[in-house]
Amino acid sequence: MKRNRLGPWLIMLAGALYFFVPLLGTFEFSLRYLRGVYSFEAYRIVLADPRFGATLTYSTVLAVATIIGGVVLVVPTAYWIQLRTPKLRPLVEFITLLPLVIPAIVLVFGYLRIYNSASVLPLTGSERTTDLLLMFSYMTLALPYMYRAVDTGLRAIDVRTLTEAAHSLGAGWPTILFRVILPNVRVAVLSGAFLTFAIVIGEFTMASLLDRPAFGPYLQLMGANRAYEPSALAVISFAITWACMGLLQVFAGRTPGQLPAAH
Amino acid sequence: MAQVVGPALGPSLTAPSSIGRVSWAWVGVVPFFVFAIMFLIVPTGFLAVGGFRDSQGHFTLRNLVDLFEPTILSSYLISVKISAASAIGGAVVGFALAYAAVAGGLPAWVRPTLMTFSGVASNFAGVPLAFAFLATLGRTGLVTALLSQIFGFDLYSTGFNLLSFAGLALTYMYFQIPLMVLIIAPAIDGLKREWREASANLGASAWQYWRYIALPVLWPPLLGATLLLFANAFGAVATAYALTGSSLNIVTLVLYAQIRGDVLHNQNLGYALALGMIFMTGMSNAVYIWLRGRSERWLR
Repeated sequence: MKRNRLGPWLIMLAGALYFFVPLLGTFEFSLRYLRGVYSFEAYRIVLADPRFGATLTYSTVLAVATIIGGVVLVVPTAYWIQLRTPKLRPLVEFITLLPLVIPAIVLVFGYLRIYNSASVLPLTGSERTTDLLLMFSYMTLALPYMYRAVDTGLRAIDVRTLTEAAHSLGAGWPTILFRVILPNVRVAVLSGAFLTFAIVIGEFTMASLLDRPAFGPYLQLMGANRAYEPSALAVISFAITWACMGLLQVFAGRTPGQLPAAH
Repeated sequence: MAQVVGPALGPSLTAPSSIGRVSWAWVGVVPFFVFAIMFLIVPTGFLAVGGFRDSQGHFTLRNLVDLFEPTILSSYLISVKISAASAIGGAVVGFALAYAAVAGGLPAWVRPTLMTFSGVASNFAGVPLAFAFLATLGRTGLVTALLSQIFGFDLYSTGFNLLSFAGLALTYMYFQIPLMVLIIAPAIDGLKREWREASANLGASAWQYWRYIALPVLWPPLLGATLLLFANAFGAVATAYALTGSSLNIVTLVLYAQIRGDVLHNQNLGYALALGMIFMTGMSNAVYIWLRGRSERWLR
């Protein structure tokens, strides 16, 4: 029996090496800023850079807006599909999977052509409306994850009974949706939210092509021009991703891997 | 936000309160469809139609034919090769890891740990991932330096270069392997213990078990997951851009340059380039979905 377990252990060890060595390498590299000694100088420089705070704040605000927009779009839709229009479920599920099929760069290419300043809906005409377009872009990117999370949550509760009970107590639709249904799927919504945050915070392609000062393009700019700061930024980014996914695991409970499996 | 979704959102909350006429039930999903049409269907459709038009707006197949020009064709080929290499590599290693954790008889904590870590690592892509590999396997990276100091082995003298085909494929595998683990673990769960025991009782070797039982059951999810990884790598931009600048001629980077500054000097050829990408990722996903349907027969 013991002989049989050697193989699996070796595989896990090799996997662990492949995944931890680059993290270690990045961390070690980020400490090399001063010649001959390890120091946190690169981190100090990064944190002192006003663009770091500005772009990270921009992306954080955008991520929060994306999450709110995603919840407002997805929760009523998934709820309605569950309660009233189950026939539309296959179509809606298919649409929510499209962002995994159509590459982000293709989507943003389409946006730039459809919503340019000469079009009917000139979203790229000003900075504020471009921010809006970027938020919609991110809502699209996050749609597969957000929808799947919320749908799983809704299937676990008795939507019909909750709705009828609230209705007979005199609640209107906004009350039912946001004070009865939403609190009951808050765990699912939170896991969708953390995943959305992890996707949005370092996203490069869309932000860069829409020319907005987000964290992803800032990272790329630093990478092209500096030596040690990028490693410090990579360590910080990994910490953010780790925090998001860690929180997701805490809230998602014992169903790891459920979202990606539903791709 | 209020501008676009706001007006459409109203009906979903209020209209249904005029209780129960089934014919009005669809109103509740209108905001979703408006969103989908505005940000998925129309933009993609615009590119798809544009790919079939010339600069005057007339129908033409010229752009699609031009995709087979040597420069564009080679960018597709490099993309396909890198995506295939990272997908197959990611699938093999990811399957080995998932199998070891699920069916390898390891302690109970191994599996959830691997799953949690895979959830994180599959999302650690893009620009920071490129930095991580530069710091590790770049010319002055940790592993490169350690190899030369301890073993006197110069990695770069072997022809290895992180900013090349092999380097990019190796970097992509960092998010491909964990994605494979997440997708394939449920399928491995579906392999029943009894099958292995029954085959062992009948005198089958491990090889025979894999050849005649496990792989015939597992091949649809395995192949399907590999295709999903392929599509995943094919559409990736940020990692490649941050790693290689524009020195590597992969199709996403060509498209990126085209969007930035019409480097092909033909807008409609750009649309065709995008259409070609949708075709590639669409086909991989379609076959994946088909294979997933097949695999559900045995793995339920």
